Amino acid sequence: MTSRTHDLMRIGLEPTARARLRVNRQSVHALMLIGPCLLFLLITFAVPIAAMLFRSIEDPELADTLPHTAAAFQAWDGVGLPPENLVRIFAQDVAAARETGNIGVAARRLNFEVPGFRGLLLQTARDLPDPEAPDLLQRLSEADARWQDPLYWRAIKTAAPRFTARYFLAAAGLQPGSDGALVQPDPNRRIYPTLLLRTLWISLVVTVLCTVLGYPVAFLLATASTKYSNLLLLLLLLPFWTSLLVRTTAWLVLLQNEGLVNHVLVWAGLFDEPQQLIRNRLGLYVAMTHILLPFMILPLFSVMKGIPPVLMRAAYSLGAGPVRAFSRIYLPQTLPGLGAGALLVFIMSLGYYITPALVGGPGDQMLSYFIAENASATLNWGMAAALSLALMACVAVALVIFARIGSQALRLRA
Amino acid sequence: MIMPALSVTPRAWRIGAIALSALVFAFLIAPILVIVPLSFSADPFFSYPIEHWSLRWYAAMVGDDPQALLWQRAVVNSLIIGLSATLLATCLGTLAAIGVWRSPRPLANAVTALMISPIVVPIVVTAIGTYYFYARLGLVGTYTGLILAHAALGAPFVFLTVAATLASFDETLLKAGAILGASPARVFRVIMLPLILPGVVSGAIFAFATSWDEVVIALFLAGPEQHTIPRRMWSGVRDNLSPTIIAAATLLIALSIALMLTLDWLRRRSERLRLSPPVSADRP
Repeated sequence: MTSRTHDLMRIGLEPTARARLRVNRQSVHALMLIGPCLLFLLITFAVPIAAMLFRSIEDPELADTLPHTAAAFQAWDGVGLPPENLVRIFAQDVAAARETGNIGVAARRLNFEVPGFRGLLLQTARDLPDPEAPDLLQRLSEADARWQDPLYWRAIKTAAPRFTARYFLAAAGLQPGSDGALVQPDPNRRIYPTLLLRTLWISLVVTVLCTVLGYPVAFLLATASTKYSNLLLLLLLLPFWTSLLVRTTAWLVLLQNEGLVNHVLVWAGLFDEPQQLIRNRLGLYVAMTHILLPFMILPLFSVMKGIPPVLMRAAYSLGAGPVRAFSRIYLPQTLPGLGAGALLVFIMSLGYYITPALVGGPGDQMLSYFIAENASATLNWGMAAALSLALMACVAVALVIFARIGSQALRLRA
Repeated sequence: MIMPALSVTPRAWRIGAIALSALVFAFLIAPILVIVPLSFSADPFFSYPIEHWSLRWYAAMVGDDPQALLWQRAVVNSLIIGLSATLLATCLGTLAAIGVWRSPRPLANAVTALMISPIVVPIVVTAIGTYYFYARLGLVGTYTGLILAHAALGAPFVFLTVAATLASFDETLLKAGAILGASPARVFRVIMLPLILPGVVSGAIFAFATSWDEVVIALFLAGPEQHTIPRRMWSGVRDNLSPTIIAAATLLIALSIALMLTLDWLRRRSERLRLSPPVSADRP
C-alpha cells in the first residue's frame, strides 16, 4: 500500500489526487485528536448506558442461577401443577444454588412476579427435602402449602426465558396473560403509562410557564441600553449559576408551612391560616419554573438581540397596529429562539429527579424517580432499563419535533 | 433606558413588559436573597425578622466534632473530584474540539452529535448506567469512578466552548507559524493555545461547576467516603432541614458568584481581543 503510494508520488500526482491525499492525512490527524475523547466517552458513558439498557430485554437471573429449571420450565405448558420430574429438577437446582450462594438472586427475581416468593424460596431452600426422595411436590407442600398453588410454578415459567419483552409491556401497562394474549393487569400494577403522561404534562406546563414569563424579560433585556442589560443579565445569571440543590432548598425554606411566603400571605389577610405550598404540584411548578427559566430567557435574548428595530418601525409606518406588527413581524423572527428555549426547558424537565423528590408530593414524582427506585431500591434492572428507554425515547421525539418546527420557522423567516 | 430606536414601541407594551419583568426578576432572585440572611440568624427557625445575628451555623462546619468533620470531608471530596474531573475533561474536550475543527464536515457533524450526548441523556439514566457498569469494574464507591463519570459529563461543555472559540480562529496563523519554522508543538503552544484559552477556561469552569453541583451520579456512585457537598446536602435536606444546610448553601452561592464573575470577565476579555485589530491586518 505504502510503496504503491510512493510509486504514484514519483510519477507525479494530479493536483486533485494530491489534494485528496492531503485531506486524508488531515482526517487522520483530526481523528488522532478526537480519538482519546471519543474513546473516553465510549468507555465511561456510552457502553455503560448501552449495557444497562440491554437489561430491558434480558432476563438472566433465573437462567443463570437455576439453569436446568429455567430450561425445563420453558418447555412446560404451565397448566396446573408441574409434573414430578420438573419439581425434581427444580429442587436439585435450588440445592445447587444454595451451595453457591446464588439463591438470593433467584428469590429476588421471582419476587417481582409474585410478592412473597422471595421468603417462600429462601425458606424452602433452607429446609429442602432430599431432591431424590419420591413424592417431592407432596413433601414441599407439607413444608409450605403455597407450593400447591399453580401461581408460584407459573411465575417460575414466566421468569425462565433469558430474553423477554415483559418490561416494555409493563412500561406500556400490559402483561402477557396465561394464554399468551396481552391483558391489562390490575390498576396498581399499571402505574407506568399514567406516570409517563404525568411526566409529559409537568414538562409541558413548566415549558409554557417559562415561555409566558421569559418572553417579556428577554424582550426587555434585548432592547434595554447596554448598561442596564449587562446588569440585568448578571441578575439572571446568578440563579442560573447557583446550585440546583441550593435553589430547591431555598424553595423548601420559603414555601414550608412556617415559611416566609405563608407568613406574608397570612399577614396580608389573603388566608386565615398557612396554606400547603410545598410537597404538592404547586410547589413543584414554582421550583421547576424558577430553575429552568434562564434556559428559556437566554436563547430568546440572543435571538431578539439580532432583530433590527427598523423592521418594527417599518411595520408601524406601513400602518400596522401594535398587535399586528408584533404577530406578523416580531414574533416570527423570535421563533428560532423560542423553539430552542422551549426545547431546552422541555427536555430538561423530562429528566427531573432531584427537585420533584424534594419539593413534590408522592403524586408528583416523575419518571426519573421510578427509574432510580427500580435501580436502587428493588434492584429491578429490567424495569429500570425499560423506563430509561421510554424516557430517552420521549427526549428523542421532542428533539425531532422541535427540529422540524425549527426548520419550518427558519423557512418562514427566509 | 429606552433606546431611541424603540421609542416607537407602544408605551403600554413597554410598561407592561417592564412590570412583568420586574416581577420575574424578583421571582428569580428572591429565594437566593432570602436564604442568605437566614444562614446568619442565631435562631434555628427559618423566620423573619432576624432578631439575633450569629455565625454559629458556619462554626458548626469548622472544628472537630463528627458533623463538622463530615462537612470538611465533603469539601475536600468535592475539590478532589471536581478538579480531577475538570482536568481530564478539559484536556480531552480541547483536543477533540481542535480535531473536529480540522476535519471535513460530515465527520465533524457526526462526532459533534456523539460528543454532546452526555448533555442530552437524562441524568438518571447516566447515573444508573454508570452504576450498573462500574459495579462490575469495582469502581462504585471509589474516587476513580466518580471522577470518570463527572469528566464524561464535563467534557461536552469544554468541547462546545472551545469549538465556539475556534469558529473565529484564523487558520492562516498556523501556516505563518509553520513557515517561520516553528514545530507543530510550538505553533500550538505559542500561537493557538493563547488565542483559544478563553474558550478552554470557560469550558473548564463549566466542567467544574457541573461536577461541583452534581447529585444524582454521586447518589449512586459515591460511598460514604466519597460524599461530596451536594451529596451531604441531599441527605441533610431529606432528613430534616437544619440551618447548617443553609450556611452550606450560602457558601455555594458565594462560589457560584465567583465562577460567574470570572466567566463574565473572560467573555469581556475575549470580546476586547476580537474587536482589537488583528496582527495580520495588512493581509490582503
